[in-house]
Amino acid sequence: MSGDDRSLAVDFTVCDGHGLCAELLPELVGLDEWGYPVLRAATVPAGLLPDARRAVAACPVMALRLSR
Amino acid sequence: MNLDTTDTLTPHAPEGLRPPVSPYGARLLHGWYETGRPAGLAEHLDLYGPLPRAAADGALVTAVEQSGLTGRGGGGFPTGRKLRAVAGKRGPAVVVANGMESEPASSKDETLLFLAPHLVLDGAVLAAASVGATTVHLCLARTRVGQERQLAQAVEERRRAGRDPVPVEIHTLPHHFVSSEETSLVNWLNGGDARPQATPPRPFEKGVGRRPTLVDNVETLAHLALIARYGPDWFRETGSPETPGTTLVTLSGAVRTPGVYEVPMGSPVARALGVAGGPTGRLGAVLAGGFFGSWLPVPLNGVALGRGAGVLAALPEDACGLAETAAALAYLAGQSAGQCGPCRFGLPSVAEDFAELAWGRPGATLLERLNRRLGVLPGRGGCRHPDGAARLAASALRVFGDDVLRHVRYGPCSPAHDALVLPVPPARPPKEEEWR
Repeated sequence: MSGDDRSLAVDFTVCDGHGLCAELLPELVGLDEWGYPVLRAATVPAGLLPDARRAVAACPVMALRLSR
Repeated sequence: MNLDTTDTLTPHAPEGLRPPVSPYGARLLHGWYETGRPAGLAEHLDLYGPLPRAAADGALVTAVEQSGLTGRGGGGFPTGRKLRAVAGKRGPAVVVANGMESEPASSKDETLLFLAPHLVLDGAVLAAASVGATTVHLCLARTRVGQERQLAQAVEERRRAGRDPVPVEIHTLPHHFVSSEETSLVNWLNGGDARPQATPPRPFEKGVGRRPTLVDNVETLAHLALIARYGPDWFRETGSPETPGTTLVTLSGAVRTPGVYEVPMGSPVARALGVAGGPTGRLGAVLAGGFFGSWLPVPLNGVALGRGAGVLAALPEDACGLAETAAALAYLAGQSAGQCGPCRFGLPSVAEDFAELAWGRPGATLLERLNRRLGVLPGRGGCRHPDGAARLAASALRVFGDDVLRHVRYGPCSPAHDALVLPVPPARPPKEEEWR
């Protein structure tokens, strides 16, 4: 793992299951049967970083986070 | 009296202190074995020796690190590391002594607080002095009225004696399963609900009143009080090198003399059951660690007590492990704080699946659905509540695998409708106002 790796995390105490993250970043985010995100991988490959940033920005309740 | 063994103890251990040892190597329950009644302050000091001078110089933090003491509330985190983290933060800290004990199959904290309240209070004030805390909050379950009264008397006795370096405040909190989680205590003390909070920040970074906060189980603090007196080498004389010391364990179910006992850490489960008189008959399985734990298959084959909450419940051979688990899951689902979707929806669904498996006519797709739902429970909550429930369910499917096949094929076995062996409380979810 390089030092540039970014990882995704969901604050489930905040998440309302809007599902925008799964729409904008289907490569990394799926939804369970109730519409809450299931992360396929925590680490974000460099090529998906722009999409991941858009998904983070699109979350209406700011439950999705991208961190180092 | 041979005092030689005490000469090499910690710098703050008074000379001539004789470490207490009772049947089964009991330390915390020493007073109980000596007198058979709760110890008042004078009697407590007779049994264990005076409270060592509180060390703000870091000596106690080092001693606890060297002792290898781990949290006795279920998490099993190294206590010394936690003390070090809080001591290293700027500004005055806070100590929270967690006596909530919400695990239904456990009564060891209640027993310890009843029999040796001053050992717990010693540990709390010593921990406070060692991390630079100015307050100790002792958190108790609101449902245990007599306990609050007894502890208030003990605190008053100490205040009059004027020995404690910091004041102890007693609080009684709502007694729900997740209310004993450390972030629940901190949130409640800060004026909120006794519900878990997302981390980070962890309490050691920002806790009560935004101050660095040490949250430790009451049994952990009682061990700390003994380490402060007799030193880390003494502490390590029992238990295993990886898991030193003793631990309280609540033994229930099909054992001859159920109750709370003190055994060396890492004891074989079979030996621990023997302390309670051994099994009453042939066993089907043993639940280790309570509703957050796992079923162990029988024969136990030397499997040792883990670091989880000290709970062993022995299931007789003729009981239905699937029905026991289904009831426990229904309770755990009702105890969700309801803050996180995967727990709010996933846990009741898993509990319903399990009820169908235990008592219904499970359809062909049930197991596939249940396994899929269990797979997405862990790691998706603000706290570990769904993780614990998923662990219990998964261990039941593993250990009672033959029963699963029989239930799927022929429907419920006849013991599935018998009275439960586990002490499962009603599955009624707390009302909104009952979280404060």
